Amino acid sequence: MPPLLEVNDLHTEFRTGAGVVRAVDGISYTVEPGETVAIVGESGSGKSVSALSILRLIPNPPGRITRGEIRFAGRDIMQLSDAEMREIRGGDIGMVFQEPMTSLNPVLTIGRQITETVEQHRGMDRATAHKRAIELLGLVGISDAQRRLKQYPHQLSGGMRQRIMIAMALACDPKLIIADEPTTALDVTIQAQILELMKDLTRRLNVALIIITHNLGVVARYANRVNVMYAGRLVESGPAAEVYGNPRHPYTIALLRSVPRLDRPRQERLDPVEGQPPDLTQLDAGCAFRPRCRFAVEMCAETRPPLEAAGGTGHLAACFRSREVALETGAAA
Amino acid sequence: MSAIGRPLLEVKGLRMHYPILEGVVAHRLVGEVKAIDGIDFTVHRGETLGLVGESGCGKTTTGRCILRLERPTSGEILYDGVDIAQMQRKELLALRRRIQVIFQDPYSSLNPRMKVGDIVSEPIKVHGIEANSTRRAARVRELLSVCGLNPRFTDRYPHEMSGGQRQRVGIARALALEPEFIVCDEAVSALDVSIQAQVVNLLEDLREQFGLTYLFIAHDLSVVRHLCQRVAVMYLGRIVELADSDELFGNPLHPYTQALLAAVPVPDPSVEAHRSFRPVQGEVPSPINPPSGCVFHPRCPIAVQSCKQARPELREIRPGHFAACSEVR
Repeated sequence: MPPLLEVNDLHTEFRTGAGVVRAVDGISYTVEPGETVAIVGESGSGKSVSALSILRLIPNPPGRITRGEIRFAGRDIMQLSDAEMREIRGGDIGMVFQEPMTSLNPVLTIGRQITETVEQHRGMDRATAHKRAIELLGLVGISDAQRRLKQYPHQLSGGMRQRIMIAMALACDPKLIIADEPTTALDVTIQAQILELMKDLTRRLNVALIIITHNLGVVARYANRVNVMYAGRLVESGPAAEVYGNPRHPYTIALLRSVPRLDRPRQERLDPVEGQPPDLTQLDAGCAFRPRCRFAVEMCAETRPPLEAAGGTGHLAACFRSREVALETGAAA
Repeated sequence: MSAIGRPLLEVKGLRMHYPILEGVVAHRLVGEVKAIDGIDFTVHRGETLGLVGESGCGKTTTGRCILRLERPTSGEILYDGVDIAQMQRKELLALRRRIQVIFQDPYSSLNPRMKVGDIVSEPIKVHGIEANSTRRAARVRELLSVCGLNPRFTDRYPHEMSGGQRQRVGIARALALEPEFIVCDEAVSALDVSIQAQVVNLLEDLREQFGLTYLFIAHDLSVVRHLCQRVAVMYLGRIVELADSDELFGNPLHPYTQALLAAVPVPDPSVEAHRSFRPVQGEVPSPINPPSGCVFHPRCPIAVQSCKQARPELREIRPGHFAACSEVR
């Protein structure tokens, strides 16, 4: 069976005053039906842009997908008309964004926003759409649905708004949901509620999920597979247990080491990734992580390391020295 | 870290209630937001006290009261033995030299039209510490390099720097007056993971080098555990638990603290795979109309009938470990 989503050599650029920013610089990955894939990286790594590209939501100008292929459920997304694309967004692909306040329409009731989606995409009449909306609120754990449907977004808490976003994403029985930092704006206890809800629903309804996050804990708890991004590229990719347990890229290792962990004794000192994040307008031909990398050698300045098999099944890393990296971390563990 | 002698900061019965007014011309008082509703704690010289909780719990307001950016409704804030809670503007000027602040957002807390050098030297000018501009510039360069920035950055504007670098500018500015006490309000929360650890290490170095005392306000529990000797957990304007950091994280007593700790995912799939967990239900109630009795009772897994009536006071369950829960033994 072919994967549900296949991203091949995707390039997305932005023209800015400071020069051309290659926000996504040749990434390839797949998502299988029903699985949860995390894209993890820091600000500016291109994780959000890569997801928006899948939905063709890159504002043009200044942005543009310059190269690459995106196949979703057997169709080539890049070749679809705008009308066909609108069918897919909110239809077969649901979206959940970080800021539930700005992604909901403030002047429409919750009910109208949900019914609009199903009327547009599934051609339901008002009454059926209303029934569907009530059913969806129940699904995302909102009680008193009749009253809630008449409310406006500002009358709801942040956690409640995010539940509404999830209800809307699920409204048309999507095959895939793209969630961009879905819980970053929320408190820890609410974050846990929302993530548990998403996990439960995606499993029960067999929906694939791409979750974009900077939180390494969230990835560890919820993702089957993880893609680590740095400066517009995938630097490591593989099953979550494999990437965390046996990281093969120096950036992944540095990232994992830099966070204090509640399940381990308190460290004397944190072990940060030294240096500053890269300036995306000033990237050269070499590996973008090189200036901050302990393992860097001359070769790293000349060409960018390709994403290649490293370690176990499905585990890929973009580092010339991934073998040495593995030896050292293996010895340390 | 010893409790010998008078604490540097002593907060007693602190309340901060904001009026809710209605009406355009004649304002009527229709209610109150009880942002802080009676809290007590102390901070000793050289110690870092963590203040954790979710948004709206009053942790930032607590910091603002100590900085006297707010005038508290009632209660005492004894700083080095002197009550500053109701002090007037003039007296506060001297206090500002001793208590400084590092804000969360390195983007909005630096004036975009000022160069880094001017940002850091402004407090020195305002307080008339160094009138000679050459010596002042030298002092600014020294402060920048203490904070791990290239002294040549004095001529840069904030927008030319990364988030981590900007936060270092904010720290340099806080240090400019040689304060003894710094309120760090979510000082590392806006930073990327790889940069966050750098700034945490810097804060630790500075604490040692200058003998600083911190009130570290944050919602990230793993950073708080790393940085703080003692931790107070706030919920809806009250402190629900307070203990030594190791004790609090190793043996949390209050059900809210337990829920908070369980909600934090550990960055390790092999650990997470064996952790069963049920998130605490419900949401934080409104501070305008908080629940009766224990404010956590509507969400609490171990609440009993009496929790709805009596507000549990913070009591010492074991030496140095306080919790406000009637069901904890």
